[in-house]
Amino acid sequence: MDVFLQQVVNGLSLGGIYALIALGYTMVYGIIELINFAHGDVYTLGTFFSLAILAGLGVNGVVHGPAGVAIVLVTLLAAMLLCGITGVLIERLAYRRLRNAPRLAPLITAIGVSFILENVMQLWRGPSPIAFPEVIANPSFALGGVDITAKQIAVIVLAVGLMAALQTFIYRTKLGKAMRATAQDRDAAQLMGIDVNTTIAATFLIGSALAGAAGFVSGVYYGTTWFFNGFEAGLKAFTAAVLGGIGNVAGAMLGGFSIGLIEAIATQYIPGGAQWTNVVVFSVLVLVLIFRPSGLLGESLPEKV
Amino acid sequence: MPGARRIGFFVLVAALLVFPFADRNNSHVDFLANAGAFILLALGLNIVVGFAGLLDLGYAAFFAIGSYSYAMLASQQFGLHVPFWLMLLVAPVIAAIFGVLLGAPTLRLRGDYLAIVTLGFGEIVPQTFLNLAQFTNGPNGISSLDQPSLFGRPFGFSATPYYYVLLGLIALGILIARNLQNSRLGRAWMAIREDELAARHMGINTTTTKLAAFALGASFSGLAGVAYAAKLDLVSPDQFQFNVSVLVLSMLVLGGMGNIWGVIVGSFILSFVNSFLLPQSTTLAHAAGFANVDFTNYRFMLYGVILVAMMLFRPEGLIPSRQRAAEFHEALTDAPVAAQEQAEYEGPPR
Repeated sequence: MDVFLQQVVNGLSLGGIYALIALGYTMVYGIIELINFAHGDVYTLGTFFSLAILAGLGVNGVVHGPAGVAIVLVTLLAAMLLCGITGVLIERLAYRRLRNAPRLAPLITAIGVSFILENVMQLWRGPSPIAFPEVIANPSFALGGVDITAKQIAVIVLAVGLMAALQTFIYRTKLGKAMRATAQDRDAAQLMGIDVNTTIAATFLIGSALAGAAGFVSGVYYGTTWFFNGFEAGLKAFTAAVLGGIGNVAGAMLGGFSIGLIEAIATQYIPGGAQWTNVVVFSVLVLVLIFRPSGLLGESLPEKV
Repeated sequence: MPGARRIGFFVLVAALLVFPFADRNNSHVDFLANAGAFILLALGLNIVVGFAGLLDLGYAAFFAIGSYSYAMLASQQFGLHVPFWLMLLVAPVIAAIFGVLLGAPTLRLRGDYLAIVTLGFGEIVPQTFLNLAQFTNGPNGISSLDQPSLFGRPFGFSATPYYYVLLGLIALGILIARNLQNSRLGRAWMAIREDELAARHMGINTTTTKLAAFALGASFSGLAGVAYAAKLDLVSPDQFQFNVSVLVLSMLVLGGMGNIWGVIVGSFILSFVNSFLLPQSTTLAHAAGFANVDFTNYRFMLYGVILVAMMLFRPEGLIPSRQRAAEFHEALTDAPVAAQEQAEYEGPPR
């Protein structure tokens, strides 16, 4: 039982990272119906930016006190901002022109962007795994036979906090309303005076910034990264978004935590589990798409004609 | 075919047939044989993506299945020695069966979901070959496969026999693809590609039609797998990663989706760039004193740039299919019309 609960804790912190990435997939898909393949690489870029910022600040070990909190916050926010800008640039340069093209076209473009980003990162930091500095101390708390580390708590709190902020933003602000309107009917939204281009750019900004946050968190949590990290994480996060109901923000969160749990528990209980986790996660994706394509929280919509 | 083109075609065929005798450099023949395997892959993927408009991002999985079937059925691995020529019939069938197994539950999905599911399948297959080490030797792969032989004479280590086998297979592939394109099935694929809902309402059974595309595309890939595995004398899971699927897709996008000749030209260009241009220019750069340059590292960047640039500026490819070009441009010319309508509309009547 303790082993099981331990895997639940591990799965939830893993899921927090997937959930943050899944939010970006779900927001972009919700508004322009595009699977943004490059999103996973924007997430890795978040880790790379964090590395560069920490190096720039001269940090290579645990930071303490108020200055330490400031360093962590500055790195997190800067990584989010840089990733957000990257996302906006990708949308502007690669996707906007193809908004009315056959659906295959932007999808193929997104794969191309993903390859370009991966190659850029490979040229930037080389093809081997890179160590991420141990920025925060990681004491472990025993809680009824289960060990929870400070990092795990931080991941979960940050993921839930950012999602709550996003939810508030989408349902309580004018720009959030504009996003929902644009997602529902782009032409009608435009006729109502909403600047559709700005709204879509804002969606990319926020989604990519969340991926940037996930990138920083994963660097801290795993202590390592490499240029190809985003491919698998991106696929799993996309699975999470589909599982939760694509286009649905709360669903992305639920899906993210579910995928994290499934992965952690499969690793523990399937013989030779670690090497089969990808197979398990993709099988979940296929099963969800076949039996409940609208996901756990999504409404089933008829195909737009 | 008009006269000049017909003559050009026969000259090309004759040149290809005598090439190994004219150019005694085995590495050139070897390059052409490898390029041939990718042309075969591109012809198969063209049926799925170009004809039927289904984006398959896990195409390398079928290539893996073809290669591994040969490796497992024609080597010391299980002591089975099915002849190469028989495998050229068996492997496409095995690959097609897997195509149907993947397609049957997933082809109901919308286009972009299908892309993701096929991508997942493309990840699962090599991973499975990697994990089932008791059958496949895991990361080491299976080596010393049976050498094909013709009339009792083994192929040996020259690339020339494989070159002719692949030339024959490509000719067969072109013939099949051309006939399919102009058949009832080909027109059904086109209808689905342009508007699936309308196609269904015209009485096309969209599921079986799409399944046929998947199965046929997979079988080409199975053929290529057998020839490639036999030629390389080795299969291992890392030969079939996602980048192989994207490479073949880039060949299609570069050459022109839906156009058989375009696809062949596209895949030849990319094979040439990969195997000659990048390594050669690296050697040149080293000779010129730039020791740190390695252009082969930019390979994936190149695929990415091709995909993005072609989609933005010439989505129909270098040698377009007329039909496909019209489809891509119809959507783009629609947009200004809509904007114009919007501009003319001056608000509700007062």
